[in-house]
Amino acid sequence: MPAKASRAAFGEALLELGARDDRIVTVDADLSKSTMTTKFSKTYPERAFNVGIAESNMLGIGAGLALTGKVPFVCSFACFVVGRFETIRMSVAYTQANVKMVGTHCGVAIGEDGYSQMGLEDIACIRALPNIPVVQPADELETKQVVAYAVEHEGPIYLRLTRQNLEPVCPPDYRFELGRWLVLRPGNDVTLIASGGTVFNTLEAAKRLDADGIAAEVINAACIKPLDEELLLRSVGRTGHVVTVEDHSISGGLGGAVAETLGEVMPMPLKRLGVQGFGESGDSKGLYAKHGLDPAGIASSVRKFLNR
Amino acid sequence: MADARLETIARECRVQIIRMLTHAGSGHPGGSLSVIDLLTTLYFGRLRHDPQRPDWPDRDRVVLSKGHAVPALYTVMAKSGYFPESRLVTLRKLGSPLQGHPDRTALPGIEAATGSLGQGLSVSLGLALGLRLQGSAARVYCILGDGEIQEGQVWEAAMAAPKLGQPKHPLDNLCVILDYNKIQLDNFVKKILDLEPVLAKWQAFGWPVIEIDGHDLDQIAKALDQAEARKGVPTFVVANTVKGKGVSFMENDPEWHGKAPKPAEAIRAIREILGVPEPRWTEYLAKNAATRAIVDELAALEAK
Repeated sequence: MPAKASRAAFGEALLELGARDDRIVTVDADLSKSTMTTKFSKTYPERAFNVGIAESNMLGIGAGLALTGKVPFVCSFACFVVGRFETIRMSVAYTQANVKMVGTHCGVAIGEDGYSQMGLEDIACIRALPNIPVVQPADELETKQVVAYAVEHEGPIYLRLTRQNLEPVCPPDYRFELGRWLVLRPGNDVTLIASGGTVFNTLEAAKRLDADGIAAEVINAACIKPLDEELLLRSVGRTGHVVTVEDHSISGGLGGAVAETLGEVMPMPLKRLGVQGFGESGDSKGLYAKHGLDPAGIASSVRKFLNR
Repeated sequence: MADARLETIARECRVQIIRMLTHAGSGHPGGSLSVIDLLTTLYFGRLRHDPQRPDWPDRDRVVLSKGHAVPALYTVMAKSGYFPESRLVTLRKLGSPLQGHPDRTALPGIEAATGSLGQGLSVSLGLALGLRLQGSAARVYCILGDGEIQEGQVWEAAMAAPKLGQPKHPLDNLCVILDYNKIQLDNFVKKILDLEPVLAKWQAFGWPVIEIDGHDLDQIAKALDQAEARKGVPTFVVANTVKGKGVSFMENDPEWHGKAPKPAEAIRAIREILGVPEPRWTEYLAKNAATRAIVDELAALEAK
C-alpha cells in the first residue's frame, strides 16, 4: 500500500459505506474539498449538505439529523470542529446524539498554513467529555476500519485525521477494536506509545534505538479514549519506562491520558513528546524536526530519558 | 373564539410553574410564564404526539431552545401524560429527571439538551431535514428566547434554514417561534442589546414572518395554521409576550427572570393566576380541594 492521508482514506471509506447504508449523510462547512467528503457528495448529492462557513450550525444540524436516525458525518478541520466546543458539549454530547465528528488537518504536520489551521488542542477538549471516544488512525488500512466502526458505534465519536500522507504501519490482518491498542514492534527496554501521524516516525526511531542496543516496544494507540489500559500496563510493567509521541499539545492529549492512568495505577518514569507552544508556518518535516517528532528527535529524547 | 379548554390548561400550568419553582427554591418564572400559552397551544391544540410512545418516529418535535423556561415545558408534558404531575415538585432535586435545564437522556419526550443558549435552532434544522429526508409528515417547532437570539449561532441557522434541503426537501415542516418578552437576565433587552428591527432581520434572511400576541390563543393557533400551510420555506413567528405573565408583581420586571418566589409570594401569585380577589380567597379554597392542597403544601414550606 502506498502512503495515503487518513483524510483521503476516510473519503474513500465513506463512499463505499454510503453505498450500503443510506443512513449515512455528510455535513460540511465549506471545506469538503479538504475533508475529502467530495467523493461522497458527488455520488450522493441528496445526502450531502454544505452549510457554509458555520461550524456551530453544522454540528447542531448533525445532531438533529442523528436524532431522526441518520448517521451524520460532520467534517471540518479539527480546530474548527472542536473550536465549537460548547455546541459539541450540549447539542452532541449531552444530547447523546449519534454524530460522527471528523476533524482533519490535525497537528503541526499541516505545515505552511500555520497555527490558525492546526488542530492541536482537540484531543484535550473532547477527552474531557464523558461520552465521546477519540480515535486517531495511523494509516489507510486502519482509517477505513475506523470509519466503518464509527458508523456502527452507537453514540457520538470523534475521528482525528491527517492532511499529510501516512506510511502503512498496520499488518494486513489488523482489525480495529475500540479501546484496543496494537503492538507494532516488541521490546523490553522502553514503551513508545504513538498515535496517528507520529506512529511511523516512532517506528523509525525504534530502529535507530535498536542500533544503540535499546529495545523499544512501539504501540499504535489509535484509541486515545478509551485507552487500552490492559495493554498499557502489561507493556510498561515489563519495560518500566514510557514515552508518548503525538502531534498535539503536550497537555491533555495522548500523553496526558497515559500519565493520568499510570499516575493512579502504576506510577513510573514518563516522558511526553508533543507540541509545546503554538504551531507556526513551515514545511511538515521541518516542523516535526523542530518539535522533536522526527525519528532522530524521538530517538534522542528516548536516549536522554533513559540516560543512555 | 378562544378555546376555553386551552385557557383552563394554561392557567393550571401557570399554577404548577409557580408551585414547582417554589419547591425547587430556584429557577426561571418570568420566561416560563411568558411561554406557557405557546406551549399549551402546541401540546393541546396542535402536536401529533403520543406520550406513551415518546420515541414514535413520526411525532412532531418541540425544541425549547430557551431551555431555562423548561418548568413550563414540564407542566404541559405532565398534563399530556409523559409523567405524573406529582413528579413536578422534584424539579431541580438530586436524582430527578426534571433537570434545571432540559436533559434528553433523563426525560423521554425532551428532544434535545438545551439551556446553553443559541443552539436549539440548529438542532431543529437537522431534525426538520432528517424528517423530510425520511418522507415523514412530522413537524418541528422551535421556541427561541429574545435575549437568546443575540447568540451568533442563531444567525448561522437563520441564514441556512430557508436554503437547506432545497429544492427537494425544503424545511417547510419547521416553525420557529420567538418568545419576545422583551427582558433578559440582566435587564430589558433593548437596554442590553436591542434586537430591533427584529421582523425585518428575519425577513431579510428569507423567512416569512408572522407577528402575534403570544398570549392570545386564537392568534397563536392561526399563526401555526398559516405556518403549516406555507410551502417551500420555514416560518418565523414573533410572539409578543409579557415576562411573568399572569402575576402582577412578576410582570415586566427583570428581577423575576431567574428567581423563585417565596411560599407567601407563590400563594399570592397562584391567587392572581386564578383571578380570585383576596376577600374571596378563603371561600375559593374551601371549594377547590386541588388548589387548597397546593396552597397547604406551600404554606408548609413556609413553616420550614
